[in-house]
Amino acid sequence: MDNILVIAQIFDGQVKKSTNSAVTFASRVGSFIGGSYSIMALGDDLSGQTPHLSRLGAQRVILAEAPGLDQALAERWVPIIEQVVRKGSYKVVVSPSSSTGKDVLPRLAQHLEAGMASDVMDVSYEGDKLNYVRPMYAGNLNSTVQIPTEVEVVTVRQTEFDPFEAVAQESPVEMIEVPPPPEVLERIEFNDFEKSISERPDLPDAQVVVSGGRGLKSGENFKIIEELAELFGGAVGATRAAVDAGFIHNDFQVGQTGKIVAPELYIAVGLSGALQHVAGMKSSKVIVAINKDEEAPIFQVADYGIVADLFKAVPELIEEVKKLM
Amino acid sequence: MKIIVPMKRVPDPDNVDKVKISSDGKRVSSEGLDWKPNPFDEYAVEAALRLVKDSGTDKTTGEVIVASIGPEEATHQVRWCLAMGADRGILVLGDDHELDASVVARALKKLVEKESPDLVLMGKQAVDGDSNQTAQILAGMLGWPQATFAGRIETPADLSRATVTREVDGGCATVTVKFPAVISVDVRIVTPQAVNNNMIPPDKLNRDGPRYASLTGIMKAKKKPMDRYTLEDLGVDTTQRVKTISFSQPPARSGGVILDTVGELVQRLKEEARVL
Repeated sequence: MDNILVIAQIFDGQVKKSTNSAVTFASRVGSFIGGSYSIMALGDDLSGQTPHLSRLGAQRVILAEAPGLDQALAERWVPIIEQVVRKGSYKVVVSPSSSTGKDVLPRLAQHLEAGMASDVMDVSYEGDKLNYVRPMYAGNLNSTVQIPTEVEVVTVRQTEFDPFEAVAQESPVEMIEVPPPPEVLERIEFNDFEKSISERPDLPDAQVVVSGGRGLKSGENFKIIEELAELFGGAVGATRAAVDAGFIHNDFQVGQTGKIVAPELYIAVGLSGALQHVAGMKSSKVIVAINKDEEAPIFQVADYGIVADLFKAVPELIEEVKKLM
Repeated sequence: MKIIVPMKRVPDPDNVDKVKISSDGKRVSSEGLDWKPNPFDEYAVEAALRLVKDSGTDKTTGEVIVASIGPEEATHQVRWCLAMGADRGILVLGDDHELDASVVARALKKLVEKESPDLVLMGKQAVDGDSNQTAQILAGMLGWPQATFAGRIETPADLSRATVTREVDGGCATVTVKFPAVISVDVRIVTPQAVNNNMIPPDKLNRDGPRYASLTGIMKAKKKPMDRYTLEDLGVDTTQRVKTISFSQPPARSGGVILDTVGELVQRLKEEARVL
């Protein structure tokens, strides 16, 4: 019986890898409580995403298609998901802690009178209860929480759950009847979406992340960060200070309230290592810091440090890495 | 126009690495740390003031109420926000360990029923719990539209609605909400010209960051009204929907080595760390 519901994350026509991470979480929960998971997706037309979704080992793939659902308005999505959860008697509802997940799931939890754990990093099972581990205080503490309500709502941190590998067996796909928009939709209107431009992989998916801080001094100078990232096929990140200074779009912010990353290699350039930034990258496997200030706190979390002017060290690094390729 | 800004007091965010866990792992202690308004809530206060106050002429087109749910000591942080320019305060007494996002949202709902604001404007998350839920839960409870993670807010001069630029994965989404509504703010809401009410000339709004309380602001704040309630007074159901079992310290990273040359770095990354 399927008692866990995964809400898929779709962006720009793609099922995001974070969906596969949420599926890994769901299959683990299923092995604890006994049962299986289904995957639900909402959008205008999901025919392009169905092949991906149907190979994630789900009991069922549930599709809700209607014009405007791509906008992912919480006011529109919540009653649709709520209906599916109630009809299917789902016990656990999970989505990646993407901006959509963070926006929609608390409102959903309220509709279901359910408790919710945000940004879950680990799950275990003890005495008939699921224990969720989640970060607090910018990742300086973890708390273990239980949700005593009938339905448990969770968002999961992508970097802590390996993405579920596609299976050969296809799940049955079911199209549901979408209820009409609720009254509150008369009071919210979606205007537009301005996509941030990046040719590189998404920050949470990247194997290598090169981040720049205020030390870059200008948006123009971020070119050397991009060039280095490009060499590795990696992603570009930034500190809040660099975003606030207008050097780069907010979508690139790594930190407590920005993107959380855990790549194989994280290169921190011209950034001091503020607590809220470190919160977003300290799970990286190897951390390199380049900063001219030897007192910068980033050196306390870095595996390798170079105390130098970034405008000299980074071009040198680019040359050295090129030699290896 | 009436705006309620919910505000939580949190241990000094610049020193959160000094927050300690009790030996039984059941409690968190922030002894020795200063308490501050949650930064995102402080940004919401700033945004609310930019929406309805003209600091140049003292002209006001609305009322800003700062509401906190916390212990008696949270009075200080409410007063701080009043010193920034908010009109009055509300303190609902409650201990952190008896609150979760749903209890806080229920208390806020009672205040909304009492005050009938046009807008609840709040931080997207408190930097201690990092849950990022209360605004969305409250909007769901009230059946109001929600615009989360606001980096920009623009209203027409009649303040009937807001066009909100939301900072989301992959870019910026813009929505228009009709009041009453709940808006949660991200950090960029305090950049110059992030708030535009099409009334106060933008050059007067052209400041960066939340304003500091002036000396006269602090003096005035002492005389501003502050209502006090208990959760019981308000008839708030205090059933928690999330139970904290214990706290633990995540594995700490130990600092590594400082290398002399970029050549050595590349060699180490290749041979020792094996990431190249």
